Amino acid sequence: MRPGKAINRILLISVMTAVLFSTAYADDLALHGFLQGNYSFDTANANPDKGRLKWSEERGQIRLDGVAEPFHLLIKTDVFYDHIEEKGDGELREGYFDLTRETWDLRVGRQTMTWGLGDLVFINDIFPKDYEAFFSGRPMEYLKKGVNGVKLGLYPGTVSLELVVIPFFEPNRLPDPNRFRMFDPMPGLTNRVKKEPSTSLKNTELALRAYRDLAGFEASLYFYRGFSRTPSMLPDNPSSPSKLTIFYPELSVYGLSLQRSALDGVLSLEAGHYDSREDRSGTDPFIPNSQTKFLIGYQRQMLEDFTAGLQYLGDYMHNYSEYKLNLPAGFPKDPELRQVASVRLTYLLLHQNLKLTWFSFYGITDRDYLLNPEIKYNFTDHVWGAAGANIFGGKKDATQFGSLDKNDNIYVQARYEF
Amino acid sequence: MLRYLIILLAVLAPLNASAISPEEVMKSSQAAFLYQGKDFKARVTMRLLSSAGSERIRELTMLRKNFGAAGSEQKYFIYFYQPADVKDMTFMVYKRPGKESDRWLFVPALNMVRRIAARDKSSSFAGSDFTYEDVSGRNTEDDTHVITKEEKLGPSDCYVVKSAPKAGDMDYSYKVSWIDKKSFLPLKEEYYDKRDELYRIFTADEIKEIKGFPTVTKRTMKNLQSGHSTEAAFTRVDYNMGVDDSLFSERYLKNPPKKWIE
Repeated sequence: MRPGKAINRILLISVMTAVLFSTAYADDLALHGFLQGNYSFDTANANPDKGRLKWSEERGQIRLDGVAEPFHLLIKTDVFYDHIEEKGDGELREGYFDLTRETWDLRVGRQTMTWGLGDLVFINDIFPKDYEAFFSGRPMEYLKKGVNGVKLGLYPGTVSLELVVIPFFEPNRLPDPNRFRMFDPMPGLTNRVKKEPSTSLKNTELALRAYRDLAGFEASLYFYRGFSRTPSMLPDNPSSPSKLTIFYPELSVYGLSLQRSALDGVLSLEAGHYDSREDRSGTDPFIPNSQTKFLIGYQRQMLEDFTAGLQYLGDYMHNYSEYKLNLPAGFPKDPELRQVASVRLTYLLLHQNLKLTWFSFYGITDRDYLLNPEIKYNFTDHVWGAAGANIFGGKKDATQFGSLDKNDNIYVQARYEF
Repeated sequence: MLRYLIILLAVLAPLNASAISPEEVMKSSQAAFLYQGKDFKARVTMRLLSSAGSERIRELTMLRKNFGAAGSEQKYFIYFYQPADVKDMTFMVYKRPGKESDRWLFVPALNMVRRIAARDKSSSFAGSDFTYEDVSGRNTEDDTHVITKEEKLGPSDCYVVKSAPKAGDMDYSYKVSWIDKKSFLPLKEEYYDKRDELYRIFTADEIKEIKGFPTVTKRTMKNLQSGHSTEAAFTRVDYNMGVDDSLFSERYLKNPPKKWIE
């Protein structure tokens, strides 16, 4: 059992025990949840597992809310049956206690968080993501993974602070290689060992956000010290490797964001400096160099219930000459400045019961793309269904979406909520 | 020239008779309808009724706080109970007269606060027949107002005011309001489209006095073109509860205090 999984089990058990006690004391307990079917069909007919499905499951969620001021308890657990793996399992999505006081609050347990202003672009949101969920056409909430940690909020008045302490490392989830065909720079090398940062005081991740109004802008400052959640691969011997170690390099992020109404819409600016602490000189080809990322976003309502959002993302690699000098032969070369644009169009119709969405990424530098149209309809106040597609492509195999070229899929989601 | 003078006198005549200008009527109406008390709270249940007979429910708690006199800045805090897919979502509006409002939406499944780019004038409130402007009001200075007559609507003596938007950016060409002379609440509003055809009707269906403030506790907006209508019932109405400024913040948007949203 992975340590993360063991921790989740322990959390689940302790949380359940807490529930039994809290039911006796809570002023108010509410039970909600859903039943859901979610299926994604491979339209490229290229699944590595020779199947036709990227995702196929039924899922139920129970959400328990208990309030006994100043405490609040939330437990969100899923049980599901996966038809591809042909097995069922459970998952604690969130489970935490809140303590709310006048000028501070505390949240302890498994929780999800979203920071920053990007729309599917994450600069200062260093919390774990599930990209498999996103690329397989699962509901958007599954893009976010929970972290097991503590969040302290401080609200002295002049500025608001959120301090997050995460003792247990949680990596991003990348698409399953059995279901997704992706570019692999070392395909022949199957001896791979995963090495996650161990749980220790030294490896405890810290994230801090400070925010306030500043001259009409909503301004935030961010700091993170921890690890990259995207793995790097280290061969034991670069010239004739026999083993690959998959690991998560040390990373710090310093960032800021600004947002305000402008030009009849909302303007967003965000930037972050990624300090790659294990490769500051940029000479290690197996660890990403330090980077500076910046985002400009603008959204505006064009017609009644029709909104358009545009984003531009720049990703600048520091010490590029060192990177070029040390990159092993045959490895795909990243650009010094990678530029990406995105478009989101949202149209609500039939008294907002019908939602049409278009989202696309276009790699200006990499010449790759992701297209994600979706239609969602609320059949009743309790039942909705959605259908959409993920279409990937690009000029080169080694780019983010070019690598996913053979993974186009159409998906359906149906949910009964109570 | 004489003809114009007569028309002008005819227009001014009721104004002299009532000794109140149409602008004053509409300002008083705005104060009575949307600015009563220092703060306000209600549980709002909206029934969205289609012409085919289907019904959808939207249930929410709305809190409002004034920052200054009637017609000036207000903040709104809204917590959704129903339908199921928006349960626990919260929504915050900073309304600044003469400017587009600032809006934030909190999505609990992602623990995410997002700014929403939307325009007051042309956005449906939660899919209902009410627009944002119907909920939070329209700047009275954006329209030219004329008292066309005074008449009884049911048992109530009313001013009948015709208001036409100064800018041509609205769906309607003008609105006719029946404003109760006593409470200054709008009892009925008729919206006429660009072809001067009546297409939307607002009615105040029930008025109760709460903490001394006459309050419209049941209201309907009916769209005659689509046949769709929305009935909104306000329950648990309260005023002057001492809502703190800090409620209207990202902190409480993410973690709405139980005592305010119930």
